[in-house]
Amino acid sequence: MALPFPKKPYRTHGGVAVPHHKNTAALPTREMPPPKRVVIPMQQHIGAACEPLVKRGDHVLLGQCIGDSDAPLATPIHASVSGDVAEVGQVFISGSEPAVAVVIESDGKMERDPGNVPPAPVHDRFQLAAAARAAGLVGLGGAGFPVHAKLSVAPDKTVDTLIVNAAECEPYVTSDHREALENGKNVLDGIYKVKEILGVHRVIIAVEDNKPDAIRELSRIADNPALDPNDEVRVLTLKSRYPQGAEKVLIQACTGRKVPVGGLPVDVNCLVMNIASISFLASYLRTGFPLTLKRVTVDGPAVAHPQNVIVPIGTPIRDVMEFCGGYKAPAKKLLMGGPMMGIALYTDELPILKQNNAVLAFDDRAAAEPAPTDCIRCGSCVAACPMNLMPLKLEKAALRRDAAALKALDVLTCMECGSCAYACPAGRQLVQAIRLGKALVHNAGR
Amino acid sequence: MEKKIVSSSPHFHSGRTTQRIMLDVIIGLSPAMIAAVVLFGIRAAVLILTCVAACVASEALSRRVMKRSQTVGDLSCVVTGILLALNLPVSIHPLIAVFGSVAAIVVVKQMFGGIGQNFVNPALTARIILMNSFPSRMTHWTAPGTAFGADAVTTATPLGLLQEGTGELPGYWDLFLGRTGGCLGETCALAILIGGAYLLLRRVISPVIPVTYLCTAAALSALLGRDPLFEVLSGGLLLGAFFMATDYTTSPVYWKARVVFAAGCGVLTVLIRAFGSLPEGVSYSIVLMNILTPLIERAVKPRTFGKPKAGRKAGDPHAA
Repeated sequence: MALPFPKKPYRTHGGVAVPHHKNTAALPTREMPPPKRVVIPMQQHIGAACEPLVKRGDHVLLGQCIGDSDAPLATPIHASVSGDVAEVGQVFISGSEPAVAVVIESDGKMERDPGNVPPAPVHDRFQLAAAARAAGLVGLGGAGFPVHAKLSVAPDKTVDTLIVNAAECEPYVTSDHREALENGKNVLDGIYKVKEILGVHRVIIAVEDNKPDAIRELSRIADNPALDPNDEVRVLTLKSRYPQGAEKVLIQACTGRKVPVGGLPVDVNCLVMNIASISFLASYLRTGFPLTLKRVTVDGPAVAHPQNVIVPIGTPIRDVMEFCGGYKAPAKKLLMGGPMMGIALYTDELPILKQNNAVLAFDDRAAAEPAPTDCIRCGSCVAACPMNLMPLKLEKAALRRDAAALKALDVLTCMECGSCAYACPAGRQLVQAIRLGKALVHNAGR
Repeated sequence: MEKKIVSSSPHFHSGRTTQRIMLDVIIGLSPAMIAAVVLFGIRAAVLILTCVAACVASEALSRRVMKRSQTVGDLSCVVTGILLALNLPVSIHPLIAVFGSVAAIVVVKQMFGGIGQNFVNPALTARIILMNSFPSRMTHWTAPGTAFGADAVTTATPLGLLQEGTGELPGYWDLFLGRTGGCLGETCALAILIGGAYLLLRRVISPVIPVTYLCTAAALSALLGRDPLFEVLSGGLLLGAFFMATDYTTSPVYWKARVVFAAGCGVLTVLIRAFGSLPEGVSYSIVLMNILTPLIERAVKPRTFGKPKAGRKAGDPHAA
């Protein structure tokens, strides 16, 4: 029995109306020439760090595997330029432990590794997961969860709905939008591969209604009987309300199901993949060429020529900014990711990572933050929380270091989307306090 | 190297401020203030200004004495001043109004830690303090449209008339336009509704509390054989429902808890009006429910996303 497609999205709780600033949506993506050197950290996302497989002085080819690990959540890392390894050193990425990094001086030839040939045709979920791993693929929407782990659906679980996440609810970011416009056919190829191998007959491509051209383009492909004969792929237009693209909120909007506390999408028979990830999977299966390039939105009030750029992974942000005309005002704040969940960087020497979807540079004005005043108990944070938490109580409990109260208030369910702090008229640092609260609960559990 | 700002996400803010919210409340109270001056004359304006000035001065002084950051700029003390004035009879002596203002700001608000910390509404509590300290002056009502002074006409409030059972009750139009005796800001339903609509439109308040409060009060009045429309339009009910029960600090933050809170206000108001020795019960009902707010918040909590309903099997993924 085929599952019906929702005609309109299901109701979701909370969220905030953020300004869109999708300034780069109409501009075609430009490809950046290879940089002089790339810095490729051996830890780019959740999971264990990779061991570098090259040493100083080695000559590497484009697409050559330079780091790997046996840990379950690790994915191999590939050279994004051809050239010589200048150094295997350390890099400090904001918000994480120092990581080992391989620095490659480019020889400018972009000579490809001949070992990267198309993989043997995949027939089951294990082969598909293995291919995703070999490609070095992680969720390209920003979180960077390894795709092979997602695709390794436990044998006792079934997936009846594949959701392709093209909601892109973060302000400024348009890299998924451009993927939909420039690579729509590839997206459908990827969808068909995944859905056939996982036996899914309902695929929902979820897009916020502020991207009408992307909805048109994806619908044109998904509604074409020649491409989608059994009509198993459809586009669902979501309301533009942050954070519609957050996994749990997205699943609720598309299916009405709620992922249980501490659970995974597969617990409600869903698989969510970012549009760029699924598109890349299709091209990997066709070409065998691993993940070395990333489409990144470069924007913000301090950037001279905002646009989407296809960048070799490991390119220092400074080079990307220079490619975009440099800074037109001093960059007071530099963000990796969108303004709601992105990480503030301390320097533009840091490299682009696999899962980066945007680099934003804020001028003085955009970087200014409200000075916190006393909580007035207005309840805006409670109304804004998509997880139905009480951020004001979480903040209080965190500030008095009360791990038991934090646990009772389900602090670990918070996904740090920032809706509460965005809405707070007292300008309180709610997310920061909640992060502290999570650490307190983790430490208390030890 | 030029230093960058490194801070926790989010890096965007809505731009809403406490000050802007309080300014919106002041704008929302303007129709009622204008109506008060039109109905009761220039003395109403003097009383409003007196209360505001006394509240601002009390706030500034107590913050300074306590060596705490100055919070006059958030305008919440101005709101308290206006609300207190709108809850006084026009004939009250300005010194009594000053006494009430000091009590509201110093005792009820600042002694508990200032904005966001008081457990009862400062303006309403001050009104109750004045009611008990100066009972006759606080219930000396002047008929609107009569000048203050020798030729002022003494009258009774609609609810007073109803309780006494003497004299003719005012009609709905008189209640709607405010041509009755009562506190400065409570008589003109039209002005309160305009201001309330503004607050709803600006999303400063949600409709949950006023709608629940008014509906509960109307329904219970009807049940007790009282005229629901008369009850809603008379006394402080409308002013209380839109401007006092919706006070952020002293009402619950979660909407379902707000329903319980507002329903409690409605029930208490009607019970006091019908069975109490006082003709009016809005102030006491709201303050009593203020006190119950922490308990309501303990009992009625939002259910975390993905948590099974109590009684349902844990881990049921389709628990909606």
